[in-house]
Amino acid sequence: MVATQAPTEELIWQLLEEVSDPEVPVLSILDLGIVRAVRLEDEMVHVTITPTYSGCPAMNTIATDIRLRLLAEGITQLTIHNQLSPAWTTDWMTPAGRAKLEEYGIAPPVDGTATGHLLNLFGQDTAVRCPLCKSEHTHLVSQFGSTACKASYQCDDCQEPFDYFKCH
Amino acid sequence: MQVAPPTTHTPETQTQLFRYVLQLADTSLILAHRLSEWCGHGPILEQDLALANIALDFLGEARSYYQYAAELEGQGRTEDDLAYLRSAVEYRNPLLVEQPNGDFAATIVRQFIYDTFHYHLLQQLQAGPDTQLAAIAEKSVKEAAYHLKWSSEWIIRLGDGTEESRRRVEQAIASLWRYAGELTTPNATEKELQAAGLVPDYAAMLPQMEAHVARVFEEATLPVPQGVFMQKGGKDGRHTEHLGYLLTELQYMQRTYPGLTW
Repeated sequence: MVATQAPTEELIWQLLEEVSDPEVPVLSILDLGIVRAVRLEDEMVHVTITPTYSGCPAMNTIATDIRLRLLAEGITQLTIHNQLSPAWTTDWMTPAGRAKLEEYGIAPPVDGTATGHLLNLFGQDTAVRCPLCKSEHTHLVSQFGSTACKASYQCDDCQEPFDYFKCH
Repeated sequence: MQVAPPTTHTPETQTQLFRYVLQLADTSLILAHRLSEWCGHGPILEQDLALANIALDFLGEARSYYQYAAELEGQGRTEDDLAYLRSAVEYRNPLLVEQPNGDFAATIVRQFIYDTFHYHLLQQLQAGPDTQLAAIAEKSVKEAAYHLKWSSEWIIRLGDGTEESRRRVEQAIASLWRYAGELTTPNATEKELQAAGLVPDYAAMLPQMEAHVARVFEEATLPVPQGVFMQKGGKDGRHTEHLGYLLTELQYMQRTYPGLTW
């Protein structure tokens, strides 16, 4: 397939909506809020993305997926930039993304608590809602979960263990 | 989209900064490697995952530093060259992070000592004048806060736990505390960069660090070690015997098959 006309920024954004997070496939990279900018310069498309975690192993896969999706539309002139600052926070996740996450069985980050850089050593943890039975009667099993961005929780009502997309 | 333009330095400062960033990179990489040795051997599944997660955070941080160091050096070396093709005497990590994992208590004590320094260091660096170093610190400080919370809770659990856990954590403190001092003792490079305002004044960080240690140890019913003779040398390339063995494993593929790629 070859593009019949020059790509527009709008088209690029549409295509990026179809690129999913490799570790949480129900989320697009736009839901996750990791696409910082799309810019067209002469023939070149510039996409700026930001890592969720420093060691996020999905970043290379995401860059490849973006490249493949754009290539399928005949867009070959592409530069992907990595930007660290300002650092990504879970507050950048879209409301649609949060809803999809909960439906998928992962508790979304609790709004406005993305203050992981402030050390709250012995403080009370925020109530996390069970994505299955919606009870807020849950407890933290471990601050670290199946991937760098998640913590492990268990529901005290339905007993289901679940992942929490931790605030950051 | 570049938020802040990269900071420009004089050639002398740039050389010093290269050395310092490389020191940070080596420190994160060596600690990441040590933590990754736990993978599949953790005491319980959740803690195995925690150790692997923390290792990954440090590895990611190390990559950011190595990439920046390669850029500062400007000699065409890449992050991989810096990590895989330097020998033990060229490594600049402090002695603490190369110490073997020992038992779980030793790993926790090593981690707690480093996390306490790391968290407070990144707090300062993220507000520092070098934009790239500040960006890396801003990204990593959130992760460092999680690490410090985790290791602090474990110090409390082990210290105020069973007779066995207390014996082990006391033993770990007795053998590892001697490596804490090097973290906040500036070497020649750090002194010059401190004078230039690029590296935080460690002496000014100490009261907060000590307050954190005192609070956690009190909760853990452990005495804070006093008057310990502090070992140093790693930041100047004088290492304990352990680093060579670690690098032998870490660099094996590149040393055996030079230039190998995926």
